Amino acid sequence: MKFAVLVFPGSNCDIDCYKAVEEAVQEPVDYVWHTATDLSAYDCILVPGGFSYGDYLRCGAISRFAPVMNEVAKAAEEGKYILGICNGFQILTEANLLPGALLRNTSMKFRCHDTVLKVVNNQTPFTNDFELNEEIVIPIAHGEGNYYCDEETLKQLQQNNQIVFTYKDNPNGSLADIAGISNVRGNVVGMMPHPERAVSELLGSADGKRMFTSILKAWRDTHGTASVR
Amino acid sequence: MVQQVSAKEPTAQQIAEQKIYQQFGVSDSEYELICSFMGRQPNYTEIGVFSVMWSEHCAYKNSKPLLRRFPTSGPRVLMGPGEGAGIVDIGDNQAVVFKIESHNHPSAVEPYQGAATGVGGIIRDIFSMGARPVALLNSLRFGKLESDRVKYLFEHVVSGIAGYGNCIGIPTVAGEVMFDNSYDGNPLVNAMCVGLIDHDKIQRGVAKGVGNPVFYVGPPTGRDGIHGATFASVELSEESEAKKTAVQVGDPFMEKLVMESCLELIDSGIVLGIQDMGAAGLTCSSAEMASKAGNGLELYLDQVPQREEGMTPYEMMLSESQERMLFVVEPKDEAQAMEIFERWGVICAKVGKVTDDGCLKLFHHGELVGDMPVQALVDECPVYDKPSSVPAYYVENEKVDTLRYDEVKDLGGALKKVLASPTVASKAWVYNQYDYMVRTSTAVRPGSDAAVITIHGTRKGLAMTTDCNGRYVYLDPEVGGKIAVSEAARNIVCSGAEPLAITDNLNFGSPEKPDIFWQMERAVDGMAEACRVLDTPVIGGNVSLYNENASGAIYPTPVVGMVGLLHDTDHITTQGFKQEGDVIFLLGNTQAELGGSEFQYAVHGLTEGRPPVLDLDTEKKLLAGVLGAIQSGLVQSAHDLSEGGLAVALAESCISGSLGAHVTLSSQLRNDLALFSESQSRILLSATKEHADKLQAYLSEQGVPVTLIGSVGGESLVVEINDAPALNETVAGLRQVWEDAIPCLMK
Repeated sequence: MKFAVLVFPGSNCDIDCYKAVEEAVQEPVDYVWHTATDLSAYDCILVPGGFSYGDYLRCGAISRFAPVMNEVAKAAEEGKYILGICNGFQILTEANLLPGALLRNTSMKFRCHDTVLKVVNNQTPFTNDFELNEEIVIPIAHGEGNYYCDEETLKQLQQNNQIVFTYKDNPNGSLADIAGISNVRGNVVGMMPHPERAVSELLGSADGKRMFTSILKAWRDTHGTASVR
Repeated sequence: MVQQVSAKEPTAQQIAEQKIYQQFGVSDSEYELICSFMGRQPNYTEIGVFSVMWSEHCAYKNSKPLLRRFPTSGPRVLMGPGEGAGIVDIGDNQAVVFKIESHNHPSAVEPYQGAATGVGGIIRDIFSMGARPVALLNSLRFGKLESDRVKYLFEHVVSGIAGYGNCIGIPTVAGEVMFDNSYDGNPLVNAMCVGLIDHDKIQRGVAKGVGNPVFYVGPPTGRDGIHGATFASVELSEESEAKKTAVQVGDPFMEKLVMESCLELIDSGIVLGIQDMGAAGLTCSSAEMASKAGNGLELYLDQVPQREEGMTPYEMMLSESQERMLFVVEPKDEAQAMEIFERWGVICAKVGKVTDDGCLKLFHHGELVGDMPVQALVDECPVYDKPSSVPAYYVENEKVDTLRYDEVKDLGGALKKVLASPTVASKAWVYNQYDYMVRTSTAVRPGSDAAVITIHGTRKGLAMTTDCNGRYVYLDPEVGGKIAVSEAARNIVCSGAEPLAITDNLNFGSPEKPDIFWQMERAVDGMAEACRVLDTPVIGGNVSLYNENASGAIYPTPVVGMVGLLHDTDHITTQGFKQEGDVIFLLGNTQAELGGSEFQYAVHGLTEGRPPVLDLDTEKKLLAGVLGAIQSGLVQSAHDLSEGGLAVALAESCISGSLGAHVTLSSQLRNDLALFSESQSRILLSATKEHADKLQAYLSEQGVPVTLIGSVGGESLVVEINDAPALNETVAGLRQVWEDAIPCLMK
């Protein structure tokens, strides 16, 4: 299985995502530049956190126009796994690969600390290694992580089981305590908390590791063990 | 013949006759000296360039003789003061690069941008050495957290630091914030950056090789920050507000691109010299690079990328527009360099050439508009040995008996008062606005004695801290200077690391005042002695003078930034108690010392007397003993005793560990002194029952005074002194007071 970590000008969690893949699942991983026009070699695409293009406009509003985003949309259609973390989540909503938007935190301040998340859908390729309703510790670090969508969309998210993670103690004002959601098909997930920062007890938590092992497990299930390196 | 540039600018003759140079902070005698170096009267551009190069900020003309007193070398020091930042060997071909720098004056008038660009500037100092920045720290001082102005400054300084560091993706892992009336109107904003480098990648800011091209990297030059360095070298006044244009505007996104592209350029191995454009922008970087190589430099100002139309040479040379760098490569490598910057979308322009005539020559519209000897600009600024005299307050304080206050009987109430003092209270309100985890190497987060980051691919780590108690330094600058270094070392050791070296930020009032110069001398002497005894040389730093406001000088605040080497991540130790039943030890001796203490300030509303004494040999034994014990795996938690003494240290270890403690003290001192004295060279340790005897025996062997004072457990902090109850507070209650203090004040 092969991972891509996208790099936009201003991405700053790209290295962390790369290291997390290496540490958690020891599968091949490449940095892929925002100008890339071919993602066919990759099975999972990680859209990392950071401040792409400085985020001086709405977060992610410029990145969605990067050439690589056409390929991300194509990959999503092909059913490949796409995970947007923090700024990556913001980019995926701007690119309409996920519904809703991320507003400024209600505190109007950047917030960085551990949060307790509840895994409310463990049927996705990103969460199959968790128990349903399991509580896990994953840190947040954002100023604009307040998830918002209209009532109709929220209803759909709930009906389709698209809400993947909720906060136990809502840090930013997100609607329905939403921390992460998926598309209808379940192969695209966006979340504000940083699982790549939670892959080692030494650094505070290893709960995020299982998101990466989940992805690998899902991929092996659909591709058969024969094709595993 | 050097041309007059603009009809609007005064002529060389007018500058001389009307003494216009005085507006730039150049004295009559300095002006005459400049004329003699030039062999003629300088024009407007030239006097501008000289004035910034000869400002205190760039030339250290008032502090140089003092800085020479610091020990700056050691077996591990790869580069001492003089370059962008100092470098210390940490083995395995790796080295740590670090430096601290102030942005006090800009932050006083424009707190967000002042603080943000302070962070941006120190990051450039680190990556211009070729190092990858891995952590940020800061040291902040504000007035009493009561007035709207102080709250405004505090709020916006913190968000400026957050805005820059978070965006560029370097974790802000540690710092300190203190509040005292003394800093009212003149906050201190010191930012420190730590980087990692391989030995063979170390760069220097030199303009090597006559004929080689000089390149400008970064966003176009605008009219912002003109005379920032001069602005930082005078006292703040009501006019300062009008000098807001001397404050620069930061763009962390641009700096991220400049940083990545410059590190890639350095990695390619083609760079001969590189330096950032910090204070005094293009002027300082070009003059210093030429000086260090013993060369000259020509700058073609029409080629300098410009953000605004019609900029004059004066404006371009003095602009402090941010995120800019200057570098030199051989002509054959030009294309390779340009390609790197093109890919990162960063502007790169050839703006000059290295020459052999020792002159900095400026060309504009085809004419020579400035021609100055590099040597005179960089090295010939006069150095002043200022008169110094013992201040009256210092003499009077000797007579102050700090034991004359009535005994405080409500020790629980006093503890809560001290815990709620913003200087002692939890700083979560501050550091939760900083991304302290990006780069996934932060093993000890803000809030413990020192932060620890791991070094990827090794078992090693780096511990780092900033420290200074300005009250101690005010009451006795020499002792206070020693304490600042010692406390930093204690914090590093409590985290499990070996102190390596320091960077210092000397924040003082006006050196023109003999009282203040005396503070500077004494503080530097104290720090220098501590650095010698504790084996932590000074590898670089910054001087910020003229920190004054309407009511006088700030407390002398020589901030120490220290980095330590953690030999193995297994040694990582934090301050919180770890488990029920663990045994608590107090190391060191407690005397009746309240001078300059937080108890004296928060409970009695005073800062007077003499600060606690400090014996450096005792300190050294303590540090060696604790580090040895931690490395032998005998220690569960370690916490240095500082502001608030034993009572606060116990409370913090309980709160951080969410565990209570039962402590029994026997003491000759009054109860309030036993709990709140700030005697130095003391550390609180906890150990498992199994290791307790071994730990006590080991420390005694090392000559460290060690007393078993209690055990961890329960939900309250209970203290008995001489068999009588003294303190009984729930940890939850103490936590609430400690955590709520700053958020409540900021609401």
